[in-house]
Amino acid sequence: MVDDSTRKTLSNIPLLQIRAGPREKDVWVQRLKEEYQALIKYVENNKQSGSDWFRLESNKEGTKWFGKCWYMHNLLKYEFDVEFDIPVTYPTTAPEIALPELDGKTAKMYRGGKICLTDHFKPLWARNVPKFGIAHAMALGLAPWLAVEIPDLIEKGIITYKEK
Amino acid sequence: MPYAIDELQEIIGNLRTELVEPIDSGGVNNTRLGRDRVERMSAEVVDSNPYSRLMALQRMNIVKDYERIRDKAVAIVGVGGVGSVTADMLTRCGIGKLILFDYDKVELANMNRLFFTPNQAGLSKVAAAGATLNFINPDVEIEMFNFNITTVDNFDRFLNAISQGGRIAGQPVDLVLSCVDNFEARMAINAACNERNLNWFESGVSENAVSGHIQFIRPGDTACFACAPPLVVAENIDEKTLKKEGVCAASLPTTMGITAGFLVQNVLKYLLNFGEVSDYLGYNALSDFFPKMTLKPNPQCDDSNCLVRQMEFQAKPKPVVVEEKADNEEPLHATNEWGIELVAENAPEINPTSTETPVVGEGLKLAYEAPEKSSETSEETVTTAPPDDASLEDLMAQMKSM
Repeated sequence: MVDDSTRKTLSNIPLLQIRAGPREKDVWVQRLKEEYQALIKYVENNKQSGSDWFRLESNKEGTKWFGKCWYMHNLLKYEFDVEFDIPVTYPTTAPEIALPELDGKTAKMYRGGKICLTDHFKPLWARNVPKFGIAHAMALGLAPWLAVEIPDLIEKGIITYKEK
Repeated sequence: MPYAIDELQEIIGNLRTELVEPIDSGGVNNTRLGRDRVERMSAEVVDSNPYSRLMALQRMNIVKDYERIRDKAVAIVGVGGVGSVTADMLTRCGIGKLILFDYDKVELANMNRLFFTPNQAGLSKVAAAGATLNFINPDVEIEMFNFNITTVDNFDRFLNAISQGGRIAGQPVDLVLSCVDNFEARMAINAACNERNLNWFESGVSENAVSGHIQFIRPGDTACFACAPPLVVAENIDEKTLKKEGVCAASLPTTMGITAGFLVQNVLKYLLNFGEVSDYLGYNALSDFFPKMTLKPNPQCDDSNCLVRQMEFQAKPKPVVVEEKADNEEPLHATNEWGIELVAENAPEINPTSTETPVVGEGLKLAYEAPEKSSETSEETVTTAPPDDASLEDLMAQMKSM
């Protein structure tokens, strides 16, 4: 269900400990710190292994996240805006990651450009509450989605390379 | 044919007036306006009485005092394939008040389902539904909210609407119906109803459109949505033959209509106290199998409000079920010419604990394995978060500068 390279990526992202959602104001700050620590470590890991692929930041409450992700295909870099809200039921339910500019361009998306996750993602997430955080959602959810969908969309001519 | 500017302006002016006040052309206008409100539900059997067939339920001894339905308020979360039909049915039944929640727009891709029409494409689902429902039955009070309930800000508005939006202002609604298509929204409804102690029905149709279910959740009394992994109807389709490539979800008007029918039937039974309300009713469309069961709450549920409700429920004195003594001890049917017999329904009751996977009824399964509570090691990872010495602001700045 999870391939070896994803497994290795995952094992290098710190696990989180605090079970708190955005409605629990005080404890949520602690959880948010853990989220940032895990994300920073994950981005550092990616940089070291030459597979840097996203940046994220949040509003000061840590309830709205936004940033960029990119995918290399035939030596060209395709970049997309990423955004998601932290649901009230987080971390029991994972964030629904969206790529708004691809909304309507692929069937593997729900309204608003939310990516369609595999059948494996939710059970895996459920088994790892509250240890998995945003970094894990990116590694397990968005990364494999990009790897499957973007080459396909490029091949079909639905997305084209834009000089930045 | 060339027109002068003033001629064109006159034409536009006339068209504009027509838009505001449609031309009275015989009976057409009357049909467009629908009917007037009625003050009381009448049992009079005349063609012009919109409630005659519903009030007949009283005469048939099915429902006592049908008109109580006008005192009831129901919140419907999700006005899609199941929710819109649910709202339609409750409106035709003369429900007192409906509160609709959805943040989606009507699309042509929705036309394989019931209720919405192509001319409504582009409108918000709540606005489109509100207009149609008001036209069908102007006696129903309709409140609409066009937002996603799972985000922090909207969740509070949602809580407020369901706990203050009853038929009597400031009172909670009588029931919340979940007609959403995703786990996140179901968990949000579950959290809200556990917190405010509101009874609700969960409903759903599988992504391959060949099964559906409804589940009645009474906080503390039956399992909440977080007590165990979602209970789904086993379809017995070989995973290998199930193709999901290139699409997120399939849907059929039949499965959705049937699920909405099950839902509203049980809502009516609950609101008007007749028959037996099902705790869980499933539908397997491939084999026409309808599993039923009851799921008890999990004493180790992750939702702290669920645990509070469980304690309250246990402390509450249980109503004593008075068995009606049959006046007539003689067999109901002395002869049985056709050899008809009753077969006991298999409706197992299960009690999930987090240590072992709950045993579910025949034809049902859990959506996935329940997470192990005590295990510290994950099968995927071993690292733990470093001790926190940096402030949140520092971390945010560090992340931003990467």
